[in-house]
Amino acid sequence: MKEIAERALNAAQLQGASYADIRIVHQQVQSILVKNGHVEGISHDENQGFGVRVIVNGAWGFASSSVLSVEEAARVAAQATQIARASSLAKTRDVFLGPPEVHVARYETPVQVDPFSVPLEEKIALLLAADEGMRRVKGIAVTESNMAFLREDKVFASTEGSYIEQALVESGAGIEATAVGENEMQTRSFPNSFGRQQKKGGYEFIRALQLVENSERIAEEAVALLSAPQCPSGVTTLILDSTQLALQIHESCGHPIELDRVFGDEASYAGTSFLTLDKLGTFRYGSPLVNIYADATIPGALGTFGYDDEGVPAQRTPIVKEGIFVGYLTSRETAAVLGQRSNGTMRADGWNRIPLIRMTNINLEPGTWEFEDLIADTEDGIYMAVNKSWSIDDKRLNFQFGTQLAYEIKKGKLGRMLKNATYTGITPEFWRSCDAICNEKYWQIWGLPNCGKGEPSQAAHVAHGTAPARFRNVRVGIA
Amino acid sequence: MLGPEKMKQIAQRVLAYSIADQTEVVLFSDETYLTRFANSRIHQNVGERNVQVRVRAIFGKKVGVASSNDVSESALDRVTERAVEIALLQPENPDFHSLPPPKPIPEVDAFVPATAECTPEQRAKAVAAICQLSKENGLVASGAFTTTTSEIAVCNSLGVFAYAPSTAADLTTVIMSNDSSGYAGATSLDVREINAEQVGREAVDKALRSRNPQSIAPGEYTVILEEYAVAEMLSYLSYLGFSALAVQEGRSFMVNKFGQPLVGENISIWDDGLDKTGLPMPFDFEGVPKQRVDFIVNGIAKGVVYDSYTAYREGKESTGHALPAPNPYGPLPGNLFLKAGTDSKERMLASVERGLWVTRFHYVNPVHPLKAILTGMTRDGTFWIERGEIKGAVKNLRFTQSVLEALSHVRMTSAETKLRGGFYGGIRVPALCIERFTFTGVTKF
Repeated sequence: MKEIAERALNAAQLQGASYADIRIVHQQVQSILVKNGHVEGISHDENQGFGVRVIVNGAWGFASSSVLSVEEAARVAAQATQIARASSLAKTRDVFLGPPEVHVARYETPVQVDPFSVPLEEKIALLLAADEGMRRVKGIAVTESNMAFLREDKVFASTEGSYIEQALVESGAGIEATAVGENEMQTRSFPNSFGRQQKKGGYEFIRALQLVENSERIAEEAVALLSAPQCPSGVTTLILDSTQLALQIHESCGHPIELDRVFGDEASYAGTSFLTLDKLGTFRYGSPLVNIYADATIPGALGTFGYDDEGVPAQRTPIVKEGIFVGYLTSRETAAVLGQRSNGTMRADGWNRIPLIRMTNINLEPGTWEFEDLIADTEDGIYMAVNKSWSIDDKRLNFQFGTQLAYEIKKGKLGRMLKNATYTGITPEFWRSCDAICNEKYWQIWGLPNCGKGEPSQAAHVAHGTAPARFRNVRVGIA
Repeated sequence: MLGPEKMKQIAQRVLAYSIADQTEVVLFSDETYLTRFANSRIHQNVGERNVQVRVRAIFGKKVGVASSNDVSESALDRVTERAVEIALLQPENPDFHSLPPPKPIPEVDAFVPATAECTPEQRAKAVAAICQLSKENGLVASGAFTTTTSEIAVCNSLGVFAYAPSTAADLTTVIMSNDSSGYAGATSLDVREINAEQVGREAVDKALRSRNPQSIAPGEYTVILEEYAVAEMLSYLSYLGFSALAVQEGRSFMVNKFGQPLVGENISIWDDGLDKTGLPMPFDFEGVPKQRVDFIVNGIAKGVVYDSYTAYREGKESTGHALPAPNPYGPLPGNLFLKAGTDSKERMLASVERGLWVTRFHYVNPVHPLKAILTGMTRDGTFWIERGEIKGAVKNLRFTQSVLEALSHVRMTSAETKLRGGFYGGIRVPALCIERFTFTGVTKF
């Protein structure tokens, strides 16, 4: 690997690059899907390759190849410099990366049980047992349960002298039951939606998930939802469970704090951000209870790593302090514009993609409430849990979410189950209405393995730590 | 490019090495170049060359899949062994019948050398033209220009060998001022048909006209949806309901509706993998030739697409719409068309007493799949219409609307159509004028 890296970096410099880096990546993914009582698919996917990023004449170029050889490294490096020269035809300023980042290191995800060493039979047996639990419930039309495991070995080297090796391991699993009735379909999933709960770690995480133990319950809930009353329309008090709150943070906080979005780099695709530079340090994003931070160092969380794909160490960064917006997610180039150093959030979805600013683990600090006390303290409202649908505008202000499950709250008690629950709002108005957050006992990290951004589209593996929280005067029941 | 002979050679090596009862090899080879720009400069200029070999090994009804992007002989042997090992370790899948037998594959020439040979300089010049137009108007340009060359080959131990090369070029731009934005895009097999200046002018015009947007109350409005918005809406409709698996599992709006009116009589929707005015592909990922499938004819629900799994369950023939195995999503349309009308957008505008002009939608997602209710935002050019004229820009709105109901209230359809990229392949649609389209919220810009 070292030889390939050195050859690419040398070739890039010889072709006129003022800076170059290379990432050599090998990925293995095992996926297992059980559906309606039988194994629907098992696949093992492997891919490898390298990508070379260069600056020539003050402009970026990137090229990549799946062929791992020193000759290909030189060819691809030359191609990247040619592309960078073409980029410089339409440049308005030179790229500036700030002070050099030089690190020679190795990082590995701590793993107790290597998920690739666990026999396939054991994994299939667990999923079939969970599937059977769901299918025991009368009225269930479709059941699905899945596992996914990923191992990514990567090398980062730069002309500044960095050489970083990382071995990242992920394990994830989830189950889902769908009931179909007259012009109505209801799905319940566990532990969250988006296919599965995923973490950085080994098979020990899957064994602790309790998929089988929860299978019948979620299937019964899916069937019960078919005949549940529709979520009423109006303005009310809303309590969100921690899985839905994770997506709320993702869409309304995680994306608008990406500094490349703020600078317009994603304008034509995902959009820009309402959190413009003038708001940094002064803007009231949420109520004084709201404290949000990015932390790529939390053990086991899906957005945890050792170094980002620019070779910057993983860090913890404050985003919202007592309701005031105080920080962005940055890269070397964007941080330099603010006179800061990168907080290490540049990641690429494989060897053939350039790194972009991506969320790491963006978390809401826990509050002080017991969940039971929070319900008891709510005279009238709705409790919503587990995401079903999501949408937000291109500056991340107007959002609308739907959840799989909801219950009315009357006089401090959870009441009837409600179906097709939705809520909508404007980001800062919503977060300013937060008047209670549950304590650390209820705080959990939820992995999202499918955060989309960039062209060509890149999926990032990110996470959000949350506890249930209460919001006042929220519009619910839109459809 | 690998070419058909090299791809066949790779596939045959896998077939010869496999000990499975049946074996399938799917090969993908891609060369993609993308020039992305923002703040009127190129900030991302990338190239990629990749190959993937996907092996499906079958013993009876046990199926295993493995893939790799290393096509060296030892790697091909390894990926084959892996697929065999996975198949042998798992229980039987009762829904599996057999890999498909060979059938004649129609020829579609979807490969344009000019697109395959497009250089970074050509893309940069197109981008520079758009950036220049923006600067001349005091605006800021962003967007992406992509050129792709793809080859797909499907080969199986029953004698299937299907190979298709193709190209595609796509240019999109969003041009912004401090309080407005405008969007335009163009897609074609042939990069020479992408007129960067025309795309730039369309977006600049939108950005200039959408300045100083005013807020209007949510509610039901007559809308003119440009082709970009219609394509987005139809992509989701197709994803939610036009698959045999969705019907078999009871989660499609087509369930119990075949032969009955589903939308207005002026609506016909179909998939045609061989139509070169879209992004054609003559066969699916099982090597089955594509059949034309009518989903809705004059408002009546007619059919859905099948792969070999879903076809076997109903004793039917696959329509050639399989995705790569293993595929829990079922078959999907790949080259979708909505029938054009006879009107123009100008005539639509003249006919609207009070309503909205929508350029495109953003972040659309299903709210109620069985009713085909979607939500999403308008974006990059939303205008207020009064007495047949555009009176000014409005702040972007959130819609929450059943697509089926919307397609039941179409009063005018444009003769002109545009090609856009869909979930899998292309989608060609006209602009639509729709009555009673529901907006449920408004944002701040």
